[in-house]
Amino acid sequence: MAKPPIEIPELVAEFGPKLNRTPVTGWTTDVQPDKLVKTHCCFCGQQCGIQLKVKDNRVIGFEPWEDFPFNQGRLCPKGVTRYMQDEHPDRLTAPMMRKEGTGFVPVSWDAALDKVAGEIRRIQQTYGNDAFALLGGASLTNEKAYLMGKFARVAVKTANIDYNGRLCMVSAGAASKKIFGVDRSANPWSDIPLAKAILVAGANVAECAPITTHYLWQARENGAKLIVIDPRMTPIARNADLFIPVRPGGDIGIFNGILHIMIERGWIDRDFIAQHTTGWEQVEEVVRKYTPEYAAKIAGVPASMIVKAAEIWGPAPTSFLLHARGIEHHTKGVQNCMAAINLVVASGRIGREGCGYAMITGQGNGQGGREQGQKCDQLPGGRDIENPEHRKYIAGVWGVPEEGIPHKGLSMVPIFEAIHAGKIKGLMGISSNPMVSLPNNSYIREALEKLEFFCQIDFFLSETARYADVVLAGSLMEEDEGTTTNVEGRVIHHKKAVDPPADARVDWEIICDLASRLGAGEKFAFASPREIFEELRVASKGGVCDYYGITWDRVDREMGVFWPCPSPEHPGTPRLYEGARFNHPDGKAHFQPVEWKPAAEETDSEYPIILTTGRVVSHYLSGTQTRRIGALVDQYPQPLCEIHPLLAAKLGITDGDFVKVESRRGAVTVRASVVKTIRPDTVFVPYHWPLDRAANNMTVRAIDPISNIPEFKICAVRVGKVPEPHDAIAELEVQAGGVR
Amino acid sequence: MTNGTPLSGLGMEFFIDHSRGIGCKACVQACEECDTHRGISLIHLETIMRPDSVQTAPQVCMHCEDPICAQVCPADAIKKTAEGVVQSSLKPRCIGCSNCVLACPFGVPKYKVEINQMMKCDMCYDRTSIGKRPMCATVCPSGALAFTTRENIERTRQGVAINEWQFGGEVVRTKVNVLVPRSVHRIDVTVEQIGRTHTEEYDVASLLEGD
Repeated sequence: MAKPPIEIPELVAEFGPKLNRTPVTGWTTDVQPDKLVKTHCCFCGQQCGIQLKVKDNRVIGFEPWEDFPFNQGRLCPKGVTRYMQDEHPDRLTAPMMRKEGTGFVPVSWDAALDKVAGEIRRIQQTYGNDAFALLGGASLTNEKAYLMGKFARVAVKTANIDYNGRLCMVSAGAASKKIFGVDRSANPWSDIPLAKAILVAGANVAECAPITTHYLWQARENGAKLIVIDPRMTPIARNADLFIPVRPGGDIGIFNGILHIMIERGWIDRDFIAQHTTGWEQVEEVVRKYTPEYAAKIAGVPASMIVKAAEIWGPAPTSFLLHARGIEHHTKGVQNCMAAINLVVASGRIGREGCGYAMITGQGNGQGGREQGQKCDQLPGGRDIENPEHRKYIAGVWGVPEEGIPHKGLSMVPIFEAIHAGKIKGLMGISSNPMVSLPNNSYIREALEKLEFFCQIDFFLSETARYADVVLAGSLMEEDEGTTTNVEGRVIHHKKAVDPPADARVDWEIICDLASRLGAGEKFAFASPREIFEELRVASKGGVCDYYGITWDRVDREMGVFWPCPSPEHPGTPRLYEGARFNHPDGKAHFQPVEWKPAAEETDSEYPIILTTGRVVSHYLSGTQTRRIGALVDQYPQPLCEIHPLLAAKLGITDGDFVKVESRRGAVTVRASVVKTIRPDTVFVPYHWPLDRAANNMTVRAIDPISNIPEFKICAVRVGKVPEPHDAIAELEVQAGGVR
Repeated sequence: MTNGTPLSGLGMEFFIDHSRGIGCKACVQACEECDTHRGISLIHLETIMRPDSVQTAPQVCMHCEDPICAQVCPADAIKKTAEGVVQSSLKPRCIGCSNCVLACPFGVPKYKVEINQMMKCDMCYDRTSIGKRPMCATVCPSGALAFTTRENIERTRQGVAINEWQFGGEVVRTKVNVLVPRSVHRIDVTVEQIGRTHTEEYDVASLLEGD
């Protein structure tokens, strides 16, 4: 029975999202902090260093941390206002159970945990072990991500655990593994300013990774040329040397077109290719037909732009390629990323100073969260759950028989399909909010409603937690301790600033207590997150993502340590592939030929416009935290539909009009923002909001066959002017899904 | 960081590079954290013309050598420190007439109705006087706002830092610098320029016409 116990507006009235606008001590200057805690921002994979001001076990403000090398005090508006999530009126302070017609009522921890453990057992005894699934998240620390993977396999004994990194950059990871044998950005960010050509594909750096902007501009001060590929003229595209306004899904046209010209003009490194790569002949064969004219048709841009891009990228002495969700959120996401990486490998410019490649990981622990074994096909250390040697090693670390470790389970979207199919009956989630973040939102809601039991660990009552039978009040980043791994592959230390409020608990204790109730207590007898990290080190030893040589003390002393770091004496590895040694058994990079293919849902006469979705600078992911911070909501209160004046005129729409953006699956009603900075065949709606303002009402439930990432960046819609809505949801505050 | 030494004595200056701005408003949010006006943001982030472009421009007080706001103040309420920082109006003197608001060529001072007083950016005097950089220039993720030495700026930026402006017949010199192409020595602002912008280059539709 996983439905909201009372109407949504009633839940909103009690649990928010409400806005916190004032520090807990007020806007005074006479309260001095007891201590400054050097830690990191929790919003996004950059993981900027920040100091939290703490007074009497409360976070009262922040101070920039200028000594941390990655951001040197720099922060975006999310980092600046992040402390407003502390001492928040919406904060969950006790475990709660659903009560039909009443809402959620506080219960004791024993009652809540007994209920959860009992339901897990009941469902598994009735329908089989895999009928209970777990959802983790990439905003969890490495320690908690590791714990979730172990909890699923050792305590719950289910194959079905996956995480919201599946919605983020798994296609980039898969592409990187296929070509290089490692899923990590190849270079530290300090290599960016040393590159003479920079290609940014599908990354709204200014809004989604603001700190990286300084690195790009520094490169340009040093004489670099910047190419930006994006359907929208983003703030960095405005000042780029070349901006290519690609048609959503046309990226392969640009990449293969550039490579075609590089071959034609002799701008490839044939010696490097011969000595350090395989598969070049097939790539050369495929790109032969991608003449600038052919490529331009696929990309939806003038052929001259592709030629110009090749003229910048091809002959450059050093170069850096960055990509993000814009090319990754596709049913051909892996193919898009491989086509991009082919440009790096063909140039031979990798594994040395100023030469490299990176995916800009988006979630707080987007990098580390995908290494420690909370993915459906993975064991700690980035190991393969189907590899007998890997299984044997981890079974040894865990002290369980190898055959007791479940095999590969379902990924995020198929888990929801299995709920619809009646194969999964129970679910427990942490650090994820599918009611905002998964595609085809009504399908997700129907799945939650079909569950026999749903439990969510959360610090605020997210839109998804409203569907829970039991809500366990967990912890914010600053209320617990642990490590994350930033966008560069640098392992860093989040320090505990304050205790969780009232009866809320740190997440890892909740999970260990549940494991104990499920009879696996001796495998989860951790006294601290540091002990979890010590086991993680051993579990990752010898794996691709080797943390064995990393300790918390080293992380503090060295301002972070880059994996792989196989021994305590090892300095860590800021730059991968030095000396052109790649991570496949043959030591070579494996070129992958890529052919363009259409999206799962292309436009037609009924739905003639492309919808692409993304983020804005003042919000993080599903907005559970940032839609509760007044300054960030004021900055971008409600989703807008960006539409070009040519398309708007055709549809009779003017700036500020309410429009209905509608796909075959659902719609939103939002205000139009008529701007010349977007392609006339495409509209954009950011995704951070719920209910009738959820961009994912429209998106298509189609996933990439290799990585299972959903196609958030393309679906077919129609757009029309409508009157201002006045229903109960529209009347809510904007941060809750209303309109103004 | 300088261990408490006033930064003005170390040759630290304020620089604005509009070409780097990304409109993220980290400066706007961080300005609220300045202890002399905590809870009130005094920096302005101007959105130029969103229908045409994503261009934005951060505006701190330029701290004029001969501040026009102070010249026009009938109550003598606006003072400049020895370091050249022009401060918010003095509460006991300010009569809330808004002469300064109208006169400032950069549009910086704001009249706060709730307190009947003009407030403006004071270059985080509370921070710079004890060896910390201003909040906005510390957090700025793009480097559009920077508080550093002239030597460092000249070493790391292609543009040149200038601080001389011509508004019609009047030349204004400011403590705050702006980075401009090397060919520029003074910024001339004429009334005719205002409102006349060329935005075709930012129209994605015209870019797509291409070949």
